[in-house]
Amino acid sequence: MVLLGSGLQYLKEGVTPHMWCPGCGNGIVLAIIFRVFEELAYRNEETVVVTGIGCWGKADDYVVTNGFHGTHGRALAFATGIKAFNPRLHVIVLMGDGDCITIGGNHFIHAARRNIDVTAIVVNNFNYGMTGGQVSGTTPAGMYTSTTVYANPERDVDICALAAVAGANYVARGTPYHGFELEINMKEAFDKKGFSVLEVVSPCPTHYGKNNAMKTPVEMLKWIKNRALPKAEYDSLDPSMKDDYFPIGKLVDKDVPDFNARYDEIRARAMKGRTA
Amino acid sequence: MEMFPNQTRLIQGNQAMTHGALYAGARFYAGYPITPSSEIAEECSVLMPKLGGMYIQMEDEIAGIAAVIGASLAGAKAFTATSGPGFSLMQENLGFAVMGEIPCVVINVQRSGPSTGLATKPAQADVMQARWGRHGDQTLIVLCPASVVECFELTVQAFNFAEKYRIPVILAADEVVAHMREGFSIPEEGELAVIDRKKPSCSPRDYKPFKADADGIAPLASYGSEYVFHVSSSMHGPDGFSNNDPANAARKIEQLHSKIEVHRDEIVITRSFQIEDAEVLLVAFGITTRASRAAARTAREAGIKAGVLQLLTLWPFPDKEIRFAAERAQTIIVPEMNYAGQVAGEVQRVVGPDRDIRRVNRYNGQIITPDDILKVMAL
Ligand SMILES: Cc1ncc(C[n+]2csc(CCOP(=O)(O)OP(=O)(O)O)c2C)c(N)n1
Ligand code: SF4
Repeated sequence: MVLLGSGLQYLKEGVTPHMWCPGCGNGIVLAIIFRVFEELAYRNEETVVVTGIGCWGKADDYVVTNGFHGTHGRALAFATGIKAFNPRLHVIVLMGDGDCITIGGNHFIHAARRNIDVTAIVVNNFNYGMTGGQVSGTTPAGMYTSTTVYANPERDVDICALAAVAGANYVARGTPYHGFELEINMKEAFDKKGFSVLEVVSPCPTHYGKNNAMKTPVEMLKWIKNRALPKAEYDSLDPSMKDDYFPIGKLVDKDVPDFNARYDEIRARAMKGRTA
Repeated sequence: MEMFPNQTRLIQGNQAMTHGALYAGARFYAGYPITPSSEIAEECSVLMPKLGGMYIQMEDEIAGIAAVIGASLAGAKAFTATSGPGFSLMQENLGFAVMGEIPCVVINVQRSGPSTGLATKPAQADVMQARWGRHGDQTLIVLCPASVVECFELTVQAFNFAEKYRIPVILAADEVVAHMREGFSIPEEGELAVIDRKKPSCSPRDYKPFKADADGIAPLASYGSEYVFHVSSSMHGPDGFSNNDPANAARKIEQLHSKIEVHRDEIVITRSFQIEDAEVLLVAFGITTRASRAAARTAREAGIKAGVLQLLTLWPFPDKEIRFAAERAQTIIVPEMNYAGQVAGEVQRVVGPDRDIRRVNRYNGQIITPDDILKVMAL
């Protein structure tokens, strides 16, 4: 018997304890995904969980819906083919920051531009957890990782701003600390037609925490919590303060027709023989 | 161009491959344009939406093959087309298609390299890349057309093999074959066999996407059907989930190879032209077959018994067929448009180190002529 409201019916049997470190944010995010699946009554048959490669990319190991675990950085391109050919499927794409934004940044931009109706859940832990905590495209300047031991000389990219400017229909940010809000935004993201992005700023105490003088998982989580501000509050900050914080909650919400809707129009034109 | 069954028209190799794909039931194309394959993309952008299918121009070739893989698992017969630089970019995901046993077809219209090379000129220098371009233990099927008709027929065949054996199939065309125009009429529906992947018939609860039947191939469901399944690029068990057991890994690698080895006689296609009494055997593939046949005809007129063995399947390599043809021949010649003699080396392996193989190689972006070949026959 599965507790109603827990979403545990989506958890594969016999695979726990999971592989993630104590204090990692991944488990919390996956638990919320399961709850939202239940809230939205997603059926396993009509749901495909597509993952990238990385710690977060191992999430498909624990899921009983259709699963797809591809190559590093390409999850959104695989997901595009799945969704484009069968628009009835719910396609949820789970990627780390390295996977989605660093090696896979080009696919991210174009998935947003194309407005393909999938939801990207990007767990941003500021580094490459799986391979030992190397620098990522989302590591803030001046922070330490296993390949920036003298501090990161490069700047980080703002995942949500990138998604917005590239054309995503829905963009939100959350953290595992703010589980309740995260669940609300996740549900909105899943429900949204068109490309939706949920960035989860999440702790990797094992590498990022350790490399940046956060000795315990609790310190790492607090570091995130103290920087997360609701969007309205963040917007009212003095610009000189903004670098120390990031906005959470819903950031973009629009209803531009998604790729499949647009392509249906193209098919109708093609069948009538109209070109230019 | 519309589909005009049984009406002879002048069509290009690239068009013939496009129509071959559509004939085989392909309804999904994703790719990134590159000379000399771009006509395939253009033709698909026109025809796919008309047929209720889909054309997507992706952001690069990595994404092109990725979308093809995704669509295939959603139930599509899916393909992409490219050339040298794009084919190089596709390798990692092609390896995934091997590992995940995902049917798909990749047309590589070979052009002269390395790198950007002579972008508009032909070559046959991707023979080894097609077979060995990916890391790890893996195998796949490579076919190679020499005419517009073969462009069509081998594309249908490529889909049939991909579907039947759950494997990526590469069509290694070349710039000349792809751009050449020849008279051709599209066969009626049913004239050529079209094979669809084997679907599961067990109860959804029992379905395991990598549990092979006696023929070595597991049935493949589609996302969205009543069968829920898991596909992974990581080493996996019959249920598709990660599995680190050494015995399982060995079994999987063996199965990836044996499903092709067991059916190799069905997969290896060769064509022979007067090899029964040939003293001079030309082993040829792709566009070079044409020059080889012309050279063989001229040689016969001059009293030299020459014949041609054309390799339509490059991988798995036609060992048996070459060994058999080579038995009676005194001289073996392998003309090919690459420097290293990629096929000649394989032929040498097949016939043994004691046999002398005469090589004819061009790697300047020009095709091999009958004269080039006649020269090494000492005519
Ligand atoms: C093409 C390729 N390059 C490199 C790797 C090695 N690799 C595996 S996961 C990973 C980074 C993962 O970082 P991220 O996406 O941020 O996920 P996390 O582990 O932090 O959840 C790398 C570099 C790979 N698997 N494939
Ligand atoms: S290494 Fe970091 S991201 Fe990976 S499981 Fe551990 S805490 Fe999580």
